[in-house]
Amino acid sequence: MKTFEYTVTDGLGIHARPAGLIAKAAKEFSSEIVILKDGRSAVCTKVMAIMGLCVKCGDRITVTITGGDEEAAEKAMRELFEANL
Amino acid sequence: MKIFKGKGVYGAAAAGKISVFKRRDIQVKRVKVDDTDAELLRLEAAKAEAISQLREIYERALKEVGEANAQIFDIHIMMIEDEDFNEAITGTITAQSVNAEYAVAAAADNFSQMFSAMEDSYMQARAADVKDISNRIIACLAKADCQSESGGEPVIICADDLAPSETVTLDKDKVLAFVTAHGSSFSHTAILARTMNIPAIIGLGDDFLREIKDGDMAVADGFTGEFILDPDEKTIAAAEEKRRADEEKRELLKKLKGKENITVDGTKISIFANIGSVDNIGSVLLNDADGIGLFRSEFLYLENSDYPTEEEQFKAYKRTLESMGGKKVIIRTLDIGADKQADYFKLDKEENPALGLRAIRLCLTRPDMFKTQLRALFRASAYGNLGIMFPMIANVSEVEAALELCEQVKEELRRDNIDFSENVELGIMIETPAAAIISDRLAPLVDFFSVGTNDLTQYTLACDRQNPKLEQFCDVHHEAILRLIETAAKNAHANNAWIGICGELAADTELTETFLRMGIDELSVSPSFVLRVREKVRSLDLSK
Repeated sequence: MKTFEYTVTDGLGIHARPAGLIAKAAKEFSSEIVILKDGRSAVCTKVMAIMGLCVKCGDRITVTITGGDEEAAEKAMRELFEANL
Repeated sequence: MKIFKGKGVYGAAAAGKISVFKRRDIQVKRVKVDDTDAELLRLEAAKAEAISQLREIYERALKEVGEANAQIFDIHIMMIEDEDFNEAITGTITAQSVNAEYAVAAAADNFSQMFSAMEDSYMQARAADVKDISNRIIACLAKADCQSESGGEPVIICADDLAPSETVTLDKDKVLAFVTAHGSSFSHTAILARTMNIPAIIGLGDDFLREIKDGDMAVADGFTGEFILDPDEKTIAAAEEKRRADEEKRELLKKLKGKENITVDGTKISIFANIGSVDNIGSVLLNDADGIGLFRSEFLYLENSDYPTEEEQFKAYKRTLESMGGKKVIIRTLDIGADKQADYFKLDKEENPALGLRAIRLCLTRPDMFKTQLRALFRASAYGNLGIMFPMIANVSEVEAALELCEQVKEELRRDNIDFSENVELGIMIETPAAAIISDRLAPLVDFFSVGTNDLTQYTLACDRQNPKLEQFCDVHHEAILRLIETAAKNAHANNAWIGICGELAADTELTETFLRMGIDELSVSPSFVLRVREKVRSLDLSK
């Protein structure tokens, strides 16, 4: 399992557009990718669940990646977060 | 005339007839079904149809409002495909043996409630997106078309609320304004209205819905958030005028944004903007100014009940410099006098404040106050491209004294190991006839001149600019003023300094050619005039 932490700096937090990007990217990998925030979690292929976490600017989240292609998935998710959030 | 007050989400105005938006409301009934598998197949078919409609809307939005805004429809597709949402729907169908319409409506209620319950107003607004996709699936199930038909003349669309897909599928040429009783300024509908440049007002309340009917005349003013039912002639004319001005601005923007300020024969100048507060930076960027040519620092003092601290000033200057991202920002040091002061300055009443202890004179007699501002300015200089200018210069000694204080401040900052830029340009305002006449002696001391034409006019023509009766004697195009500016320009260039104009004359397009022929390097005008002056510059040919 791979894990990384990330602090959201986008003013609107994980809003609709980035949630869509995350869900799209997560579907590219066989690994299960999960966002954790304050004891709640969302599987990244589910756009409504990601939006349901209500991650705001300044929130610190943990991302876990488990599966066969976790290394590539971690790299892709990190890049996506840094570029969009 | 009846006025309803809401919130304008796009600043534009329109007058015209009302069209009440009719949604073919589909009543969802809970119906028991025997064959749940068949119901699941119906659901799949309806989802596929909804997704194909959304792809079409996406393509249309892509053309009309650009990719960033079109993406919402891509996300709508993802929401329709969302696992949790689908599990909720299929679960209801199979567990309760009910129709797909009911299952979709029930899931939509749950999910939109989840968003509505969030504390974040942006996320609350996502409830509308859930409702929008659900209504689409339900309409597809019922094989109904949820578009309203619009034909004939352009109208003001009035509705309880508008879904993003409804907003974008309305024929834009037939829409004068969007006006809704509910809704959020974070809604994608509001965002789309802004992108499509259509006046939009939200949150007018239920009373508004009760009073309107198709064909009524109304004015929608997105600037003030006012919706005026049954307006009088004057109100309609005012709205038309606002609409015309806004259209002209957008035409200019479309034509001139990102274009150089260059004449037909290749002479380039800078067009900067004048601002009086950090809040105006948005309009500077919106109007595509090359920089800020006059930042009036007075507001920091006048809005305060005591001298603003170095830290307060530093923050405001830093924010301005950072927002302008490396573009030039020229901040004028405190320019106040007995006619315009805050109580804590405790300035004596003067017989003739225009000729009194003001601007640089006041600063030089209160060096501690002046040095606080200079320290804040130099500290902020590390965060952008700063120029500092001193107002009301009439003597060489004033410039020398101000520059000496700058040196002191820089020395102190070096000693305290505080970062600042060594490339801050220092300049003076040319707004007294004296400064223009001795500009050959002032130019070697500074990097630039900026002509303040308002004061230069009043001092040169001895005309009080507050006195309306003097208007006929106060020719702002007076040859004396133009000659003084020309003298200053010649002397600036002879001493490797540049010269700009930041007074009202800078925006006077009758004089643009004259200024360019004098060799003026920069014109600084109100943000809303930037593109008009750019248009003028681009039309001139100085070789003729």
